[in-house]
Amino acid sequence: MSFLTIENLSAHVGPSPILRDVSLSVEAGEVRGLVGESGAGKSMIGKAVLGTLPLAVQVTSGRILLDGEDLLAMRPRDRRRVIGAKAALIPQDPLTALNPSRRVGPQITNRLVDILGWTRQDAQMRALELLHEVSIPEPERVMRAYPHELSGGMRQRILIASAFAAEPRLIIADEPTTALDVTVQKQILKLIRQMQQRHGTALLFVTHDLGVVSKVCQSLTVLFGGLVLEDTRVEPFFAHPSHPYSAALLAATPKYTDPDASLTPVPDAVIEGVQAEIAAHDRMQPHV
Amino acid sequence: MTLLRRILLRLLTMAITLIGVAIIVFFVIRVVPGNPIAMMLPPGAGEEDIARLKALYGLDKTIPEQFVIWLNGVLHGDFGTSITSRQPVLKLVLSRLPATLELSIMALVIAVILGGTLALTGTRRRGTRTEGTIDIVNGMALSVPDFLWGLVFILLFGVLWPVFHISGRVSPALDLPFVTNFYLFESVLRLRFDIWADLVSHMFMPALALAIPLAAIISQLLKQSLKETMHLDYVTLSRTKGYGENHVITHEALPNAVLPTLTLIGVQFTFLIGGTVIIERLFSYEGLGNMAIDAVINRDLPLIQGIVILFALIFTVVNLVVDLTYAALNPRLRNG
Repeated sequence: MSFLTIENLSAHVGPSPILRDVSLSVEAGEVRGLVGESGAGKSMIGKAVLGTLPLAVQVTSGRILLDGEDLLAMRPRDRRRVIGAKAALIPQDPLTALNPSRRVGPQITNRLVDILGWTRQDAQMRALELLHEVSIPEPERVMRAYPHELSGGMRQRILIASAFAAEPRLIIADEPTTALDVTVQKQILKLIRQMQQRHGTALLFVTHDLGVVSKVCQSLTVLFGGLVLEDTRVEPFFAHPSHPYSAALLAATPKYTDPDASLTPVPDAVIEGVQAEIAAHDRMQPHV
Repeated sequence: MTLLRRILLRLLTMAITLIGVAIIVFFVIRVVPGNPIAMMLPPGAGEEDIARLKALYGLDKTIPEQFVIWLNGVLHGDFGTSITSRQPVLKLVLSRLPATLELSIMALVIAVILGGTLALTGTRRRGTRTEGTIDIVNGMALSVPDFLWGLVFILLFGVLWPVFHISGRVSPALDLPFVTNFYLFESVLRLRFDIWADLVSHMFMPALALAIPLAAIISQLLKQSLKETMHLDYVTLSRTKGYGENHVITHEALPNAVLPTLTLIGVQFTFLIGGTVIIERLFSYEGLGNMAIDAVINRDLPLIQGIVILFALIFTVVNLVVDLTYAALNPRLRNG
């Protein structure tokens, strides 16, 4: 059974839909890529799962099952506890995801102590162990440091350690390398992959980078305008993408083997085709 | 720059500020029309009497000469003698200072509690009718100055529905066992809660009048910066950890959002102290402000100087305290 199942999730901002009947699932221990251009709604799916949708976004239908429990049907308080215990987020921008006025240590251990009821000593031990695992030198010193005293790469390592702290069964990584230096990106990607394998955590990897997907993921979901265009395993996708948009997206990905080649944009005809598909989908909907 | 160096630098600028204030006040009150000698003598006093009195108070010398004499005294702890009461200015001023400090601090505490509560409630209920109501209340509180609030309170809670004392600092019938003039503080130390209650009953209305405009400013700015902070990534991350809205606001957003408000409170608190002058008059509260007005009416030059210097000293100390608190709360400034 899959650990995370999203069934027919629709969401609106005012009258305009941002998620259209999205269904996807992440098996226990699986890495699924969630791919799309900016504005495709990929981050919104992560936010919907973690309960951090902006106030303006209204979920109009659908179910989100985490470990068999329907998150949208729960009381907010219970939902927060379930998410806090079973899921975690690796955020996009390590420079803004740590609270500038608090030391690093408590920001890793607070979930363990406050939400999961660990003792402070146990949480401290666990944090040190994890910081060691993500190859942070002098973990004791780093625990006492303030975020501004650490580099971006260090901070992302800390956030990764923090995400794995409570041994969640699902981690949502929201473009975790986008804000980083290209040289650091590769290391962080490798680290996330290593940690995921070692801990057997399911990972929903939100990204716009198909190159990353091919390296990290086993399956992927392609999204455009809040509509799922393709849901498949990685190998067949890269061999024969079934949707024209997927094919165009693949063709648009820069090749590291040929850095001088000019970039291929997604052809207008393909975009128009997808937009027609979205319009057709919307016509099928009862008016809300 | 180390903390010590920062403090030393600030102390130096404070000293320069105080000297500047002293010079300006000293010259201005001697240049404006009206002089203390005329107020002291009966009508028709002879030239000779006037000259003798002038010499007695040193007013026969030139203004720069008077300033040098006065400054020399100040450096030796002598702020001169009040012309009206013939007592040392320093003693008079220090006897009134505690009353004004207690009133200002009580007003500040009320403003912070009131403004903080409104800001936190408004953030917790953002986007709802409660937030709208808070905005309207803020607007109203801001558009009425403190002395008008004072008048309104005197009418409402002193005359129509007399639940508070509206005149003086303490009921004259009470026998005060105090050795300092910090009545409120000392009454707590001596566990005399009967006197404490009487003091609070006198102070509450003027303190509230002073507090309301400041509370509105605090509420408005703090709510604004809280709302901005609530969108930041570390707040979102803390939500995904399982924390509820209240914890997220008080533990993640507030420590960062409070910084700009703190600076503002510092600046506004000095305005509040300035406001005590009128408010103390309105409520016949025996503080520095009330004394200042009497001193100006009587052209009591040494007393005016003493009070103004003291106010200037309070202002600069408040600013210093705010800067240091800001540095203490913001880790990025600590070793910067």
